[in-house]
Amino acid sequence: MISAAPGQPNPVELSATALILRQRLVSTSAAAKIPHLGSCLSCVELLVALYWQELHVDPANPEDPDRDRFLLSKGHGAPILFQVLAERGFFPLERLDDFGKAGSVFHEHPPKPGYIPGIEAATGSLGHGLPMALGMALAARIQQRPSRCYALLSDGECNEGSIWEAALLAASQKVHTLTAIIDFNKWQATGRSQEVMALDPLAAKWEAFGWHAQEIDGHDLAAIAQALAAARAERERPSVIVAHTVKGKGVSFMEDNNNWHYRTPNPEELAAALAELEAA
Amino acid sequence: MRDAFASEMTALAAQRGDVTLLSGDIGNRMFDRFKEAAPERFLNCGIAEANMMSLAAGMALSGLRPVVYTITPFTTTRCLEQIRVGVAYHQAPVVIVGTGSGLSYAELGPTHHSLEDLAILRTLPGLNVLAPADSAELVAQLREALNAPRPTYMRIGKKGEPQLHGHDARLGIGKANLLRDGTDLLLVGVGPILSEALKAAEILTPSGISIAVASLGGVKPLDGAFLAAMAERFPRWLSLEEHGITGGLGSALLEWLADRDGPPNRLRRLGVPDQFLHELGNQAYTRGQLGLDAAGIEKSIRNAIKEQRK
Ligand SMILES: Cc1ncc(C[n+]2csc(CCOP(=O)(O)OP(=O)(O)O)c2C)c(N)n1
Repeated sequence: MISAAPGQPNPVELSATALILRQRLVSTSAAAKIPHLGSCLSCVELLVALYWQELHVDPANPEDPDRDRFLLSKGHGAPILFQVLAERGFFPLERLDDFGKAGSVFHEHPPKPGYIPGIEAATGSLGHGLPMALGMALAARIQQRPSRCYALLSDGECNEGSIWEAALLAASQKVHTLTAIIDFNKWQATGRSQEVMALDPLAAKWEAFGWHAQEIDGHDLAAIAQALAAARAERERPSVIVAHTVKGKGVSFMEDNNNWHYRTPNPEELAAALAELEAA
Repeated sequence: MRDAFASEMTALAAQRGDVTLLSGDIGNRMFDRFKEAAPERFLNCGIAEANMMSLAAGMALSGLRPVVYTITPFTTTRCLEQIRVGVAYHQAPVVIVGTGSGLSYAELGPTHHSLEDLAILRTLPGLNVLAPADSAELVAQLREALNAPRPTYMRIGKKGEPQLHGHDARLGIGKANLLRDGTDLLLVGVGPILSEALKAAEILTPSGISIAVASLGGVKPLDGAFLAAMAERFPRWLSLEEHGITGGLGSALLEWLADRDGPPNRLRRLGVPDQFLHELGNQAYTRGQLGLDAAGIEKSIRNAIKEQRK
């Protein structure tokens, strides 16, 4: 039997978890000089809500065939996913001492399953996670398993045709056990996502593609929980949660500053970031 | 190499009105000068490589000379069908540039490695498949590709690769050069990893082993005249590529030799074994693990000489 997340923690506990994860993320990324800090900071609350409230997964039995599946379709967010999985008990936190080190499996993107407990698929090439999650949801339907499947996408990733191909098929197949969550931080690698590709109105696009679409503040834990519950209650359409987020959320000088897609903090910046995160 | 590419593109954009640069949401700030020189001829196509490749074919069929730029796997295998049909079959003169090739982004994992591109793309009729060893070769090939009537694929490195060719090198498409002469074995390679071969050759000098190092510039077309001359001189060859061992430069040379002489015995091949890599590190670390650094190449040279003496 798969346990739900430990005892449905309250929003105060979840915010505390989010804060600890941010602190660890900033420290380890600075030490390992691994980029994409902004990308990781924007989806902390989304991951916390998923892993502590929503997903039926058991760190003690990470390969239970009935588990829910979570795919980090925006694979460059791996550094925060690693922190989440460690904190949630999939592996000891000390394993992340190897983060970014030569010979380690903990680097910029998640490897294929079998190397890190809790990782369901190798991502990093954008546009693969949602279609793979769709495949897993269809498999669960064929195998009559209770698994629900979730994919966390970036807004830039919605440039890829493969995302919209999956969207069309999921709708025609009425895969209501599939939930896409979009970390809509308004930036991609080289510009504002709205300027590179005309994404807006993003939720309306998904709706037009036959999805149950909700728009929320992606840093509001209560709103995330509510949206996930509504997605779960939907019995016809696949669901998308368009989560409005701030790239670099939680560290004032990283917020909405896309240099932090590439940069890693120097010692002074690290100290300043940690001071802010400790005061929070 | 990236910076040489960007500045050459800027120069070309100023010189001619047909050169158009398409990028797949990478190269932040790298193309700022190009955008100043020719704002209407820069297009950030977003993270949508298949679309980018087909639209480049459309532009080329309308008389422009598009250059498509993104990280190597995303400008090759991600949109192979678009390259095969739109670019190669139509002979649409697109220049496809893959950045961070081979193991340049080793620590980013298999999604960002490109160890199959040379093998796969060299099967497409009418496509040049190039792998410049340094910035000078890159620039010469890029200029020639933009005048060629056919499409070109070019894999480049990242930053800070050393200059390997001398001033007298004949650089371009299908033009090979000796980077260093020798007598005991010909090491024949492509790409920036040739700097490791040159180091290995230096290491071997005190032992009285004399290695020639040739830079082929690509795998298609091959410089037949150069290879024929080398075949006369060297009974032992070792190929080197930062690419999988299947189907790339080593295979192309085996085919060339076999077509000419029957089953070849002179060539041994060095490349990445037929596997995906999971335990990661940076490029230097990974080359070392795979025997593709100077020390590893030295060992392979010694083995090749020993084996072929038998
Ligand atoms: C198919 C593919 N193309 C290009 C890239 C290179 N790349 C990595 S992250 C990124 C964009 C980041 O922006 P976004 O996807 O919106 O995510 P964010 O970091 O803003 O959360 C790009 C283009 C990639 N990883 N995969």
